[in-house]
Amino acid sequence: MNDIMGEWAFFANQTFNGLSVASILALVAVGLAMSFGLQRVINMAHGEWLMLGGYMAYLAHQVLPLPLYLLAALPLGFVVGALAALLLEVAVIRHLYGRPLETLLATWGVSLILQQAARNAFGPVGVEVAAPTWLAGTIHLGEISLLGEISLPWVRLFVIGLAAAALMGLAAFLRHTTLGLQLRAVSQNREMAASLGIHTRGVDAVAFALGGGLAGLAGAALALIAPVTPTVGQSYIVDAFLVVILGGVGSLGGAALAALLLGLTSATLQGLTSVSLAKVILLFLVVLFLQLRPRGLLPSRTRALEEV
Amino acid sequence: MAISEVTVKNATLLAIEEINAKGGVLGRKVTPIVEDGASDPAVFAQKAQKLLQQDKVATVFGGWTSASRKAMLPVFERLGGLLWYPVQFEGNECSPNIMYTGAQPNQQILPALEWAWSKGYRRYFLVGSDYVFPRTANLILKKHIESRKGEAVGEEYVPLGGTDFSSVVTKIKASGADIVLNTINGDSNVAFFKQMAASGLPPAKLPVMSFSIAEQEAKAIGPSLLKGSLATWNYFMTLDSPANRRFLQAYQARYGKEAVVTDPMVHGYVGVYLWKAAVEKAGSFDVDKVRKAAVSMGWVETPLGRVRLDVNQSLYQTAYVGELQDNGQFKILWASKEPIKPEPYDPLAFPGKTCKLH
Amino acid sequence: MQRSLVALLLMAVVLTVLPFLVTPYDLSLMGRFLAVGLVALGLVWAWGYAGILSLGQGIFFGLGGYAIAMHLKLSALSPGELPDFMVWNGIEALPWWWAPFRNPAFAMSMAVLLPATLAFTLGILLFRRRVTGVYFSLITQALALAFSTLLISQQGLTGGFNGLTNFASFLGQSFADPIFQRGLYWATALLVLLAIGSSLALRSTHFGLVLRALREGENRTRFLGYDVALYKAAAFSLAGFLAGLGGALFTLHAGVVSPAFVGVQPSIEFVIWTVLGGKESFFGAVLASLLGGFVRDRVSSLFPDLWLYLVGGLFVLVVLLPALRSTYRKGAKGVQGHGRLPQGRRA
Repeated sequence: MNDIMGEWAFFANQTFNGLSVASILALVAVGLAMSFGLQRVINMAHGEWLMLGGYMAYLAHQVLPLPLYLLAALPLGFVVGALAALLLEVAVIRHLYGRPLETLLATWGVSLILQQAARNAFGPVGVEVAAPTWLAGTIHLGEISLLGEISLPWVRLFVIGLAAAALMGLAAFLRHTTLGLQLRAVSQNREMAASLGIHTRGVDAVAFALGGGLAGLAGAALALIAPVTPTVGQSYIVDAFLVVILGGVGSLGGAALAALLLGLTSATLQGLTSVSLAKVILLFLVVLFLQLRPRGLLPSRTRALEEV
Repeated sequence: MAISEVTVKNATLLAIEEINAKGGVLGRKVTPIVEDGASDPAVFAQKAQKLLQQDKVATVFGGWTSASRKAMLPVFERLGGLLWYPVQFEGNECSPNIMYTGAQPNQQILPALEWAWSKGYRRYFLVGSDYVFPRTANLILKKHIESRKGEAVGEEYVPLGGTDFSSVVTKIKASGADIVLNTINGDSNVAFFKQMAASGLPPAKLPVMSFSIAEQEAKAIGPSLLKGSLATWNYFMTLDSPANRRFLQAYQARYGKEAVVTDPMVHGYVGVYLWKAAVEKAGSFDVDKVRKAAVSMGWVETPLGRVRLDVNQSLYQTAYVGELQDNGQFKILWASKEPIKPEPYDPLAFPGKTCKLH
Repeated sequence: MQRSLVALLLMAVVLTVLPFLVTPYDLSLMGRFLAVGLVALGLVWAWGYAGILSLGQGIFFGLGGYAIAMHLKLSALSPGELPDFMVWNGIEALPWWWAPFRNPAFAMSMAVLLPATLAFTLGILLFRRRVTGVYFSLITQALALAFSTLLISQQGLTGGFNGLTNFASFLGQSFADPIFQRGLYWATALLVLLAIGSSLALRSTHFGLVLRALREGENRTRFLGYDVALYKAAAFSLAGFLAGLGGALFTLHAGVVSPAFVGVQPSIEFVIWTVLGGKESFFGAVLASLLGGFVRDRVSSLFPDLWLYLVGGLFVLVVLLPALRSTYRKGAKGVQGHGRLPQGRRA
């Protein structure tokens, strides 16, 4: 890697890798940002929807013939993630509205239970979901670009595309449907929305389920590049929370932007140092950034003096 | 208990059942007490203390990570217990209260290097999980690669359990390595091989020699992904010997036809028999007498092949290089000429260190 | 106050005679869990009194543990010798920041001063920028993850994933000596009693009062002219101090310190003992740590799989039950519009 061309190609590849990590992170974080913005709850079990989505992909892979399973796995991941989230909302979260620290602890308990359940159901070792053959292989940009060889694995391109599509779908839903409008209304001013006849608790539940669904979808997609293990959610949850904080709480656009920033920074740092050290540096950078902008990248404006 | 630890426990229990069925040790039945270290070194130390102080056990079989062994070591030394440790490890340890049946570095990683060198590989990329075994193994490997005038073209670590290998794969591609020496642990291997394959580097194109992937892991990761990848161990299921056939038959009769067997499991199993032989030779369960008897026993025929405990309380054993086939089994490509004498301290990396216990 | 004194006295008597009643194994467990109790006690100050939920107590626990462990490693060596793990990692000279830990007084004071100072600095930085509540919790969690990752990746300097272990003696006393073990236990018990006692005293000082005030209404306290950030940082620093003390004692009892004590999971577990004991009870925090530790030891021996379900269920129940109770109580007083977030006490 002495020549400058090689360096360029290396960092171009890393940027692409960062993009694919960011896309999973964004799908996970958007749900968190949504429920935190709406209900002021912190759901530590959110990572477990990711895990559930992964296991759904595994089950679909076991049952269906190879090329088709992905078409079933993605919606299945979404639906199961959404249902699980809905169940948690009704059984636990609902009773803890406005108490973020308490929900944090309760959902951490739920997360432990779900992890152990997955361990008992699928075994402690990770299961493998083979990517369908039409996603195998890479696109080589070696000759086209003057920068040296850049190779883009199809699987990663697929994950990036899927995340982009899902996020655009979410944006369209929020902008163009009645439910989306209500959701935004409740998020901005709960009491006003309620006085206008919006069933706020219903809206909360829908938003929570939607967040779970997106994480489930991310899990099914993640299964294409990584193993599905009982603890896969754990390894994403801390990063996802950082994304939410970095983005500005409750801001979906902020969350997406922050995921991108985090993914790219992490990939660059990994290129420059090692994976472990990159993680440490990244976490310190986030804390440093919050010194400058305690409310995140795109803070939602509020007049309240004290916020939870 | 992680899956690999559970199967080692199963193999150990099988040996105990077999011994009990044949009348036990010195006329006494062996009663196993099972404790779970929960992958936490402090819990391992705590449970070891319980077994020795509360249950007053004759000996202990187990431990998995180096961290678990390191945490238990002072407990065994303080309370005068005896631990049989079944896993390959980084060496650099020499305790009178531990029998190291798993491979020392010179019985696994160095034979692998020797084989790779004989195949003409000169540029090595070292990748591992971020903990003690990979880092020490790679330190030793680098010294030996250097002394052979080869080149270590890269060294990367990923946190245990990590699944993002994108930057590592990019670095491997850029390095121009001939072969990857892989000390990644557990599930992370799935992500590593997947992301290698997705970037156009399946094992068929760039060979990968792994030190933590046995039949069990191959089954979980999926042989399709690993096909053609290499591993070095002191045991493969495909070893053709009467002792191994008998063992496989017994194991699969007990735990199911599909059950696979791995190197650490067989070390767990063999450990129990070595202990039995040592107790019978000593005519006593006393830890000091048992350790003295253990290192003065001769060669024993086991599923691993011919083995013997050296005076440094580690096992003489044969190293094998295997290549993974479609059916999830390893085809044995190479074996060391004879059982290798265990060396806890690599003379090149840690000159002047020796292990004197008897 | 009177009742607390009686309870403290009672506890002192029980803790003193315990070594004569239980097995050596259970006594060594007692020592460990009492040390954990100190961390939970610190969290009572941070969370119960100052309203700061730290999910990063593992950092301070770990700092205390590593400070003592570094001393234990060095004290066993003759000058010029290196700790064994440094040799395996190809380190040739003792890092400068290791050297002073050879002095036991330095190591022991660092075990509490390092965490207390770090907590204070972190607190001042974040509280001044009004990073509070959930933000603060999540940042401390991220820091716990960062700290454990750092410890693991710097294997040559920290012992890496294995941590530091295999200690021979402390202050010239061998760990193998049962009398020393008993002494260690009594020292731990004494420190716990002291911590509870001084916490009780501190609670009724001006400092305790201000903390309680700012928990109820941060801005109101600020408008009264108090430097809220300073008070909160002080409470957080106290929690760090106690966690460091707990970590040092735990390391002496367990004979090992490793990144497994530092990360996200142990940090959250400390919190559960505090909640279980009742967020504002000093006694509760210690008793819950003891009880929880023993239940875990027994349950994990009998049913290894059950422990996580149990502790997970505990988290849910401990939080949910009081919430449900207060919801029903409010329900009886009058229907609350579902348009409002219930104004529970600021957590």
